[in-house]
Amino acid sequence: MKIVVCIKQVPSRDSVLRVNAAGTWIQDADLTYEINEPDAYALEEGLQLKEKQGGEVVALCAGPAGAAQTIREALAKGADRALHIEEENLGAYDPLALARLMAAALTAEKPDLVLTGLQSDDLGYGQTGVILAQLLGVPHATIIMQVEKQEGGIRVKRELEDGWFQHVEMPLPALLTIQSGINKLRYATLMGIKKAKTKEVKRLTAAELGVAPEATIRFARIYLPEKSKHTQILEGAPKEAAAKLVEKLKFEARVL
Amino acid sequence: MIAPGDGWIREEQHGIAGKSTHLNGYPTIEKYMQPFRGVDYLLVDSLFNEEELLVRQTARQFVEDRLMPVIRDCYRDARFPSELIPEMARLGFLGANLEGYGCAGMSNVEYGLIMQELERGDSGLRSFVSVQGALVMYPIYAYGSEQQKQHWLPRLQSGEAIGCFGLTEPGFGSNPAGMKTTARRVGECWVLNGEKTWITNGTASQVAVVWARTDDGIRGFLVEKGTPGYTTSDIHGKWSMRASVTSSLAFADCKIPSANMLPGAKGLKGPLSCLSQARYGIGWGVIGAAMDCYETARQYSIIRKQFDDKPIASHQLVQEKLAWMITEITKAQLLAVHAGRLKDQRKIEPAHISMLKRNNVAIALECARLSRDLLGANGITDEFPIMRHLCNLETVKTYEGTDHIHALVIGERVTGVAAYK
Ligand SMILES: Cc1cc2nc3c(=O)[nH]c(=O)nc-3n(C[C@H](O)[C@H](O)[C@H](O)COP(=O)(O)OP(=O)(O)OC[C@H]3O[C@@H](n4cnc5c(N)ncnc54)[C@H](O)[C@@H]3O)c2cc1C
Repeated sequence: MKIVVCIKQVPSRDSVLRVNAAGTWIQDADLTYEINEPDAYALEEGLQLKEKQGGEVVALCAGPAGAAQTIREALAKGADRALHIEEENLGAYDPLALARLMAAALTAEKPDLVLTGLQSDDLGYGQTGVILAQLLGVPHATIIMQVEKQEGGIRVKRELEDGWFQHVEMPLPALLTIQSGINKLRYATLMGIKKAKTKEVKRLTAAELGVAPEATIRFARIYLPEKSKHTQILEGAPKEAAAKLVEKLKFEARVL
Repeated sequence: MIAPGDGWIREEQHGIAGKSTHLNGYPTIEKYMQPFRGVDYLLVDSLFNEEELLVRQTARQFVEDRLMPVIRDCYRDARFPSELIPEMARLGFLGANLEGYGCAGMSNVEYGLIMQELERGDSGLRSFVSVQGALVMYPIYAYGSEQQKQHWLPRLQSGEAIGCFGLTEPGFGSNPAGMKTTARRVGECWVLNGEKTWITNGTASQVAVVWARTDDGIRGFLVEKGTPGYTTSDIHGKWSMRASVTSSLAFADCKIPSANMLPGAKGLKGPLSCLSQARYGIGWGVIGAAMDCYETARQYSIIRKQFDDKPIASHQLVQEKLAWMITEITKAQLLAVHAGRLKDQRKIEPAHISMLKRNNVAIALECARLSRDLLGANGITDEFPIMRHLCNLETVKTYEGTDHIHALVIGERVTGVAAYK
């Protein structure tokens, strides 16, 4: 089975987050980066499937030159090779344009299974995976908790809400968006880290792939949450406090 | 609410399996203290390449996930967490900077970063890995016969066999040249007599690298557990390195095959070169302990409030201590990285390593003491890692050449005058 796992590099959760002077993004200089959390689980799922079924795991990452660190981590954990769509300014791509880039990079690959994270920890669109499936012309399923290979395809478990799950059987090729926490992440062994140096990383650019940056949606502003509400505590005996509350609801909030 | 559809099932437990949680091992204060994220004031990380950072990440995560949840109890119970050995071996931590025989072939900087992260957890865990790699695998690798290497290195790398290093004796610590343990050649055998003490991993070892006096000067021998005449016992009552095994080894007409001598090591140079390897690792390791103490004190000083509900961090005397610590930690990091690069270029000398070991241990110990102070009464409990590090670092100051002895090495180097006697 040829499995492509899409991985994104995102700011670490414990980074200091300061908005840049122009208000367009967070200040890069402060940031440390890590693999997007659901992508780490997607990679682990891909590696486990390969260990059971045989085949190959290819990591696909669109990101700036610095994303090489995340690609190296995927190779160290066991991905066989990687495709790096190297673009410094991916902010100019919305999920559709980004998925077009990734689909173009995958045309020559013809994977049996594409795994992406459910969403990214930084932008959180949750769209890239499903759009990519559409562009590749393959069926997809989202919020996947479990993947089993079976005759003629796969059987997956989707997480719904309120404790409900859905089992879906689907043919291959297919695309799945993976939920965090579904397996136990491995550590990159020291031998794996050393071996990763010898694995192939193919660099591609948007120009080579023939995809122009295009954004149908744009960032207006990025800012820290602004305090817009304040809480008032109504003191006194419950009876008096209740009377005060009614008064406020009537005359200040005007909801009664 | 959603209504059931095709293929829908409801499960009692909405369990997310194996999600890596950052247990920090201190449940009562967990809500306040952040998991360890490293200490980097001066963009020292920019001196590390991709592989080095990945190696550190693996070691850091391993310590966070596997050691931190158990170390407090291990320390209380004076127990080494031997259950961690197979995974450390699988990850490549044992003999990590050696090439071949299953070893990971790491650079010395990568090796140093592993030591730092392990000692961030506990000096006992780092000691285990130091002894196994630098004091047991290294002498076999550097001075052993091909047969000894083939036999022992893969076993030691995989953790199937544990080793120890016997140099110190009851009467000879700082001055190993005076050692009394002897090895006599009798036919096809060597016969060992004498006693070694303060030996890390002693009772837990399948093989001991033992240094003994022969007609031909000091030589190294591989003594296997169970050899008649070889007995071991543990040293109890330690207030330091409680999560590490420390033992005495006794040899009474202990007969070993002549093939068990290390052919390449002759004279005190042999054991001293091993100590250089281990001391180099200590120079990195103690930075980890210092970072953990500093980071605990830094976070605590922001949370803890005294006098008018102000954090203790708002006082100049407190800030001065934090400023001293972060400055010394940064200098220690730079010293370690530079020493590591020199070692990778094969330019490092034992007198360089003496400076690394002596300085970094001294500042780590001082960081532990200052951090303990900043935590007030809380600082003396095992709810926090500081007192444990502080006690451990007292050993680290003594073993592998005391602070004094390394001062004498540096002094001899700059004056040309030896002052040991
Ligand atoms: C937990 C632990 C684990 C250990 N593990 C091992 C091990 O695995 N293998 C091993 O072989 N050993 C091991 N050691 C032993 C360690 O290496 C020795 O303790 C160390 O070399 C110091 O020797 P000593 O304790 O006999 O002290 P001494 O040599 O008696 O020193 C006592 C004091 O006198 C000072 N002193 C001595 N000579 C001089 C001098 N010429 N000038 C100035 N000051 C001097 C010392 O600096 C020190 O302050 C371990 C020790 C400990 C505590």
